[in-house]
Amino acid sequence: MGFKRYLAKRAITMFGVLMATLLITVALVGSNMDAILKQSVSFDIRQQVTNDKSLVSTFKTTEQLDKYVKNQIDLRVRSLGLDQPWYTPQRIGLAMYKILTLDFGRAKFITSDSGSSDVKTIILEKLPRTILLFTTATAIVSLVGIILGSISASKVGSKIDRITSGFAIVSSSFPVWWVGILMIFLFAFIYPIFPARATPSLAVTDPGYFPALLYHMTLPLITLVLIGFGSWAYLVRNFLVGVLQEDFITAKRTMGIDEKKILYRHALRNAAPPIITVLALSLSGSLGGAIITEAVFDWPGMGSLYYQAITLLDLPVIIGATYVLTAFFLASIFLADVLYAYFDPRVRRQ
Amino acid sequence: MSFSPKEVWKEFVRSKLALVGLGILAVLILMSVIALVAMPAGNFGKWNDPTRWLAYPKAASPAWINYFTSNKVPEHMVLEPREVRQEQGGVSVITEVFSTNYGYDAFPSDFIYQYDANYKGSPLLQISVKRPDGLSTVLLSTALPASDEKKVVGGMVFSTDNSVKKNIENGIDFSFSTASVPSQDLVFSETNQNRVQKGLYEFKATFYDVDGSLTLDQSRFIVGGKAYGLMGTDDLRRDLAVGLLWGTPLALFIGVTVSIGSVALGLLYGVYAGFKGGGTDEVMMRFNDIIYAMPALPLLIILAVTVGNSIFLIVGFLVVFGWVGIAKVSRSMAMQIKTLQFVEASKLMGQKDFKIIFKHVLPQLLPYAFASIAISVPAAITTEAGLSFLGLGDPAFPTWGQMLHDASQYGAAERGLWWWILPPGMMIAITGLAFVFIGQAMDAVVNPKLRR
Repeated sequence: MGFKRYLAKRAITMFGVLMATLLITVALVGSNMDAILKQSVSFDIRQQVTNDKSLVSTFKTTEQLDKYVKNQIDLRVRSLGLDQPWYTPQRIGLAMYKILTLDFGRAKFITSDSGSSDVKTIILEKLPRTILLFTTATAIVSLVGIILGSISASKVGSKIDRITSGFAIVSSSFPVWWVGILMIFLFAFIYPIFPARATPSLAVTDPGYFPALLYHMTLPLITLVLIGFGSWAYLVRNFLVGVLQEDFITAKRTMGIDEKKILYRHALRNAAPPIITVLALSLSGSLGGAIITEAVFDWPGMGSLYYQAITLLDLPVIIGATYVLTAFFLASIFLADVLYAYFDPRVRRQ
Repeated sequence: MSFSPKEVWKEFVRSKLALVGLGILAVLILMSVIALVAMPAGNFGKWNDPTRWLAYPKAASPAWINYFTSNKVPEHMVLEPREVRQEQGGVSVITEVFSTNYGYDAFPSDFIYQYDANYKGSPLLQISVKRPDGLSTVLLSTALPASDEKKVVGGMVFSTDNSVKKNIENGIDFSFSTASVPSQDLVFSETNQNRVQKGLYEFKATFYDVDGSLTLDQSRFIVGGKAYGLMGTDDLRRDLAVGLLWGTPLALFIGVTVSIGSVALGLLYGVYAGFKGGGTDEVMMRFNDIIYAMPALPLLIILAVTVGNSIFLIVGFLVVFGWVGIAKVSRSMAMQIKTLQFVEASKLMGQKDFKIIFKHVLPQLLPYAFASIAISVPAAITTEAGLSFLGLGDPAFPTWGQMLHDASQYGAAERGLWWWILPPGMMIAITGLAFVFIGQAMDAVVNPKLRR
């Protein structure tokens, strides 16, 4: 199978996943969504009618007024298609189409920092911050991990190798968010070096906002790196140890090529495909994990938004955020697949 | 590729890692047994029942910190009475004396007198204190609520009661301003300055009953401390040692059930797909890809919010997202085993597919399955803890994540209540570590590539 066909197949699978996730989300929140929408429709119309003094005065009795209001509500409900249950194909199709075209509607409670309640605006405001924090963390973690992992792989069984492996195993069983709480406890309260809440108190428009955001980012960043680099180094080490056992490396050794050159030039290059896959996967994985980590540090990104939306049951935001998170998740998985296939031709020839 | 179970076990226990893991696991299982024997499953709900924890102090640190500091923090004390019964004419008088040798450097956080009295009519209750300096004062003089027939009436007297403070101010002369000093800080104070007076304190509770039939079912005097027990208490007066103990069987249950469930499901799915091959394999693997690429945590959160958050449902949700990786690996393993001669032979002999799978393919994969079970336990425990931490776990069960959720809700980090944050997380990590050790050791045995 050619590279192009392989890509097309993966892309179709990814799109299928996106649709399936959306469908599940819509199905899970659909009935709640309807109840909330109907409530807000009747609330809106009641308010409209009671605010319109001249309209109210045309009714003689309250029954007439009630009847009129009820009529109006029914009309609006029908025009929005809410009279049909949420699981009819038209309504699900419409909902999916709207989401696909990034039309998430308006949030019920949550607003963006600039005060807008448009879900798209809110998400566009939060997304860069999550990307900033987690991309920086992943970059640092992978760099440290590759260096440490190569050193460990070149000296299997040495002190540095055993410390790295031990640290990797131990750190991987700590929940990141718990370490986050400890870091806040240690470096925000016992030794007040960093702020405990990661949201800067400055307005977004303030020129000092960005430096303040970076300063507030330090503590979550340190936590993510601390918990992440160990398992990275361990992974890289294991890949490299595997490659170093292969025949072509032994051949290079017998040719008398410098051990360092073998490690960084030849072994690392051959271990690249799995490493890149893990890199892309850990990026996407960290996006999902961001929900708890951001909630702990109060980092004003997608994760916090998601958590807020869940606690307030702000359904349009939940759907929008799920869509964006899933899309990013899938994009990085797709990227991993593509890169893997690019570096390792065996995959596409399978 | 094949091992006899005996060989595997022999290799396995030769590794130090495995022994450490098994050791920790044994301790955890022992803790679970203690938890289940001492406090049966129905008692889990009492964790959230505030009346169960009335006699406990609020946000008290563990008692053992007094060994490490020179400034002795007052320990929580629940005093039992020495009962003295006297008859005076037709009126019966019951006097109870509670005494304590107070030797701490700080005032207690409060004091509470709690009783269950069985009476008819309206008896009187007087509480007084005799201090080390010989001074004594009435703390409270009150009538118990009237009852027409003989029955048990429970009651509590709190140090925060306004009349208690007035009585102390009237009974003892303090040479400092007492206006903003709470009553427990007055009772245990020197008279010339507001400092702890160490020595023997005697609290006396006296019931006067005209009817003559009063009996006391239970009575105790609580001197509220700032240190309690092995692990301290939280803001809701709950004994954290109890919570940590209860959390152990829950974590083991969640971790082990989820990993066994997902490994069994993944194994069957993967082996079937790999063995069948062709179109079946293609369809099954595409479905696997779809689940594999779904963002687990957001979906878990939505499921917990909309479908429900009972502990069994959460276990189910975790299995739904847990089996995919194992299915992938066991499929490729099954494809290898399929080409082995004895499998092909039994196929030629007309053996049914399911029989071949269960008789020849699955047994080959068992070592791998056991290693995967051990390795996937920590992830299940941390994911459940994460959900609970977000407040989406089963509120009826005190899991470690639930405790951390409460800790963050009450701002434990900001207030320096380390004993509320540190132990639950440590328990999660240690439990995870035990299974990681066991899994690593097993992996090294069954996966010859890692052996060097």
